[in-house]
Amino acid sequence: MVEVKNLTKRYGNVTVVDDISFSVDNGEILGFLGPNGAGKSTTMNMITGYISSSSGTVTVNGAEILDNPKKAKSDIGYLPEIPPLYIDMTVRKYLEFMFDLKKVKLPKKEHISEVMRLVKITDVSERIIKHLSKGYRQRVGFAQALLGNPPILILDEPTVGLDPQQIIEMRALIRNLGKKHTVIFSSHVLSEVSAICDRIIVISNGKIVADEKAENLSSSISGEQKLRLDIEGSVSTVLDALKVIPNVIKIRKQHDIKDNTARYLVEYKNGTDVRRDVFKAVANAGCVILDMQNGNETLEDSFLKLVSQDQTKNMVGGAR
Amino acid sequence: MGAIFKRELGSYFNSATAYIVMAVFFGFAGLFFTVTCFMSNTSNLSYVFSNMFVIIVYLTPIIAMKSFSEEKRQKTDQALLTSPASLFEIVVGKFLGAATLYAICCSIFFVFGAVIQMFTPANWPVIICTTIGILLLGGALIAIDVFISALTESQVIAAIVGIAVGFVIYMMSNFVSMVSSVEWLSGLLNSISFTNYYMNFTYGILDLKDVVFFLSVIALFLFFTIRVFERKRWS
Repeated sequence: MVEVKNLTKRYGNVTVVDDISFSVDNGEILGFLGPNGAGKSTTMNMITGYISSSSGTVTVNGAEILDNPKKAKSDIGYLPEIPPLYIDMTVRKYLEFMFDLKKVKLPKKEHISEVMRLVKITDVSERIIKHLSKGYRQRVGFAQALLGNPPILILDEPTVGLDPQQIIEMRALIRNLGKKHTVIFSSHVLSEVSAICDRIIVISNGKIVADEKAENLSSSISGEQKLRLDIEGSVSTVLDALKVIPNVIKIRKQHDIKDNTARYLVEYKNGTDVRRDVFKAVANAGCVILDMQNGNETLEDSFLKLVSQDQTKNMVGGAR
Repeated sequence: MGAIFKRELGSYFNSATAYIVMAVFFGFAGLFFTVTCFMSNTSNLSYVFSNMFVIIVYLTPIIAMKSFSEEKRQKTDQALLTSPASLFEIVVGKFLGAATLYAICCSIFFVFGAVIQMFTPANWPVIICTTIGILLLGGALIAIDVFISALTESQVIAAIVGIAVGFVIYMMSNFVSMVSSVEWLSGLLNSISFTNYYMNFTYGILDLKDVVFFLSVIALFLFFTIRVFERKRWS
């Protein structure tokens, strides 16, 4: 279990991470989401003890990272953004070194073979890391993090630079590991985070702007349910027809598609279904629905909304 | 500490570094041995040792320049600093790796002793004592170079600054005579001049004071190196 309390990192006057608190339970996969430069890597570097915090604490399975680093660090497997590889060593030699460095107390040869099998690098085990492709290097870095079966895995953008096939494999692997390990995993790709994680923390400008179960993130931000309609017919007729439907909150014309056809966004109350009523009302008014779609925001939209809200707030704050 | 030491020493021998350093060291030592002993028909090795001082000033920064600068540049320091190994283990392991390569270089002096032995009884106490001295001297320089390496990401900068510092140390006795009118300054420089402490070894005198001086320099600069990483972490 990882507990982060009021974690802050300042470089001079610049606050990179601003008063972040959260905790991750055993066996949970936490996604850390945010645009580039939001403070994801800095936070992970603080959790793993690479840099210290300006204030706040990180507790790893009961051990404070700065007071009891030996215990805390041996419980963490860390894959930084740039895998820490000694490129002049062979894969096996490198993993043997990391095994010794981490003072792992498992049968050395078997354990390294097992980890190499898991991330599928057995066939390159005697190659020098310098000569490996980015995808393989990333996997060697991942193997290094897995040595010693640490209960907590911290992965900083583990899928960057991989090809689509490898990304799918990597995701499956992380999901699998999440059954036994606590995983904190960062990315700026939303679909990835939502595909793997149980819980998502969105971070922007060093602050947490959302901390939600993956499936709740979208609805909690976007508010009411929405329906997107392409309707043929005069605008005033359509608006009049839709207005009177129960449970509809707001109707907005988005834009014209062609003469006499426009796109509308209908907001309606959560937990209700207005599709039948909309269909009948429009038909009765003599208009035609050409297309009806779920207008709810995608995770991507919610994310952008969250981040831009935060930035606008900051800009306003800065102007004052 | 064992893991870091093994990797460090291995990295010298996996690349050309170890072989080139050894070739240059053995080459110059052999040259000085031929010129000062063979050609002038003497069993006195003291000129070999005093000439090697300059070579050591050049070579120790080359040995130690990559110790931390390269780790920082390749971001591998992240693996070291997030592992359960303490800073003390990391720094001392690195230092011992570099110092071991240097010690292998110094073994050539025993070969010279053996060569002399073939013609005339060699003065073994002086040879052993001077070799200990040259090991301690080089060790102190390597500790300083490891510290310099921890301050930069560039091996080249680490090497150049290391050589410059080495030369200042080498010429310290000249500075002492330059400022002889200012008594406290010349006294101070005299007391930190490596050559003063090193000379006793070349006479075959193993004085505890000299050994302690070099060991303190090593300990001091390794401590500074640890502080560099602690400070970087907290800044």
